[in-house]
Amino acid sequence: MEIIEFARSPWGQDVPIHISFTLIWVCGIAGLAFLIGHAIYVKFMAKPEEFEVTPPELAAKVPEKIARHSLVSRLFHWVMAAAMFTLLFTAFLPKVGFPFAWVTYHWMAGLVLTASILFHLIHANFFLDPWAIWPDKTDIEDAKRRLLRARGEAVPAPRKFAKYPMENKMYHMIIVLTGLSVTITGFFMMFRVSTPFFTRNPYLFGDMTWGWMYVLHGLAGVGLIALIMAHVYFAIRPEKFAMTKSMVFGSIDREHFLEHHDPKRWVVTESSK
Amino acid sequence: MAVIRDVMPAFELFQPATTDDALALLAKYGSDAWVLAGGLDSFDWLKDRIKRPKVVVDMSQASGLRGIKEVNGGLEIGAMTTLTEVVRHPLVKEHFSLLAEGAELAASPQIRNQGTIGGNVSQDTRCWYYRSGWKCYRAGGNICFADTPTAINREHAILDADRCVAVNPSDSAPALIALDAQMVIRGPGGERVVNAQDYFVGPDINIMRMTVLKPNELLTAIRIPGTWGGAKFYFEKIRDRQVWDFPLVNVAAAMKVSGGKIDQIRIAVNGVAARPLRLTAVESAVIGKPADAATGEMAGKIAIQGAVALRFNAYKIPLLRNLVKRAIGGVQEAAWKS
Ligand SMILES: Cc1cc2nc3c(=O)[nH]c(=O)nc-3n(C[C@H](O)[C@H](O)[C@H](O)COP(=O)(O)OP(=O)(O)OC[C@H]3O[C@@H](n4cnc5c(N)ncnc54)[C@H](O)[C@@H]3O)c2cc1C
Ligand code: HEM
Ligand code: SF4
Repeated sequence: MEIIEFARSPWGQDVPIHISFTLIWVCGIAGLAFLIGHAIYVKFMAKPEEFEVTPPELAAKVPEKIARHSLVSRLFHWVMAAAMFTLLFTAFLPKVGFPFAWVTYHWMAGLVLTASILFHLIHANFFLDPWAIWPDKTDIEDAKRRLLRARGEAVPAPRKFAKYPMENKMYHMIIVLTGLSVTITGFFMMFRVSTPFFTRNPYLFGDMTWGWMYVLHGLAGVGLIALIMAHVYFAIRPEKFAMTKSMVFGSIDREHFLEHHDPKRWVVTESSK
Repeated sequence: MAVIRDVMPAFELFQPATTDDALALLAKYGSDAWVLAGGLDSFDWLKDRIKRPKVVVDMSQASGLRGIKEVNGGLEIGAMTTLTEVVRHPLVKEHFSLLAEGAELAASPQIRNQGTIGGNVSQDTRCWYYRSGWKCYRAGGNICFADTPTAINREHAILDADRCVAVNPSDSAPALIALDAQMVIRGPGGERVVNAQDYFVGPDINIMRMTVLKPNELLTAIRIPGTWGGAKFYFEKIRDRQVWDFPLVNVAAAMKVSGGKIDQIRIAVNGVAARPLRLTAVESAVIGKPADAATGEMAGKIAIQGAVALRFNAYKIPLLRNLVKRAIGGVQEAAWKS
């Protein structure tokens, strides 16, 4: 199976033109296989998670409700989600046999996604703690501990998480990569189609650069099929549902906090009550 | 690009005698199969080795798809009926001369003897970048070679372009739309019937196809209802040479006029977009108005609303405007003569 499609340019050069669209199916099926595999693993094989115990004096200080996402963060998340779904459906439905006039809706949703990402960058960097979503030393050490414990080695139990569990942080990293890839390439691809914003310019880049841009857009795009499938799957899994609810209502309750989070690593301040 | 003309690469040839057999072959080979009617579009692709089907399903032996019969005051034309047969058929000439005019203005006598009505409405665009084998959007690529600042695009679209600026070149298509024809399509799921204007698709919906036909489907017949039989018709085609040439723009109108006023009208044009366009805004605007030059003038202006010229095809805008104007205003006088 080919991953990338090539064509001969008018200058006799073999240039990439885009991904092979069978990758849509590959990613869809891979995403589905992951969900099924994970669900089976959790149901029949996974051992209950063991964490370091939270000292009772610290636990006592944790309030009934802990704010997890501000209203602005939640709005950003759902606007981005709407844009992302629109982008996925407009990009891939026509390619799997449901043709419709997709391009205009696609770049419009693309602009919404780009604007919301720009907003998020400013909001997260200047108004939130930007480091909260990146893995720190403890996360890496604990990931190692979890791995070794899964192999049966006697190492200390991992600590509970800070604001974001390690999986969230890893997922965010991949989304940053794929999200930036589709938005940056997508923005330039808008010069290939007619939009009211600027004059079309198919000569903005050479054929080779355009080609790789389409390939990167496509690869990140199909990657997002599997990533979004996994994201939705985890969002509706019972043990993660509290987090999903917090993306709607803004907070998690004390019980969930104490089960998963370390009050030393996620210090509950007045503003998060 | 090096093109090897006149030597077709090998393919497996089937000549089914019935539509059912043809459909079974299409179901079996799917997009590896190519339906061959008269071959006037098909052979270009095959000889130039640009389309390389594994299997060719030649419909010439499917006699059930050939011929014209009267049905409830209208006509049913088999998809494999040649353009010459359409032009010469007494019922077509008598009641639906609009179609006879469109079909007779297509190509040359030899081509009309061989070319079928089904093939004429299903033919691909003539954009030469595409037909020379460049991997443009329509060929599955990511660029339109005809819509760049240096492209040669005199024959290309002024309306409804979406990345691809190719035009539909059929002369019979606008006549069929004006006559409110229906296309009968058969596929693995049975028969479906679509209105003529919905048979064609633009690049916004499907940039790689000209019609709604799926690879495993056949156009079996074209039905023309009796509704517009004997109405006032107008067909005009402008081309560079007076024979053997594709339309730059054509117009087909069917009108019912009483007391000098337009009661009902259907009007369609081709050569201006990737699909023949029914001008519904023009139709609504002229109903109840006199079929004269002033109404035609207004109609022409409406027809070109939203038109966008490429580097070399701006002339198509006044051309379209004037053809529509004549179709409405000049319809009384401009009876077409064979
Ligand atoms: C030099 C030249 C000049 C021409 N000038 C004109 C012109 O002025 N005006 C004009 O309108 N046309 C013109 N044509 C086009 C010509 O009339 C059409 O190409 C011809 O009518 C196509 O019909 P065909 O029977 O040869 O179809 P083919 O070439 O065999 O098929 C055309 C396409 O339609 C598909 N197809 C055909 N029949 C069916 C069916 N029943 N079901 C499903 N798919 C089908 C084929 O797979 C193929 O993709 C010209 C052609 C040439 C070569
Ligand atoms: C989830 C995110 C996205 C996905 C899955 C996605 C997917 C795709 C795919 C598969 C194509 C077809 C490309 C091809 O034919 O090779 C495409 C085209 C396009 N995308 Fe995206 N895309 C996304 C985000 C964006 C964004 C953010 C923008 C704009 C800011 C954008 C703008 C475009 C444009 C303009 C095209 C049309 C290019 C053309 O047809 O030449 N996309 N996208
Ligand atoms: S007009 Fe359409 S067919 Fe012609 S080069 Fe552009 S995309 Fe291809």
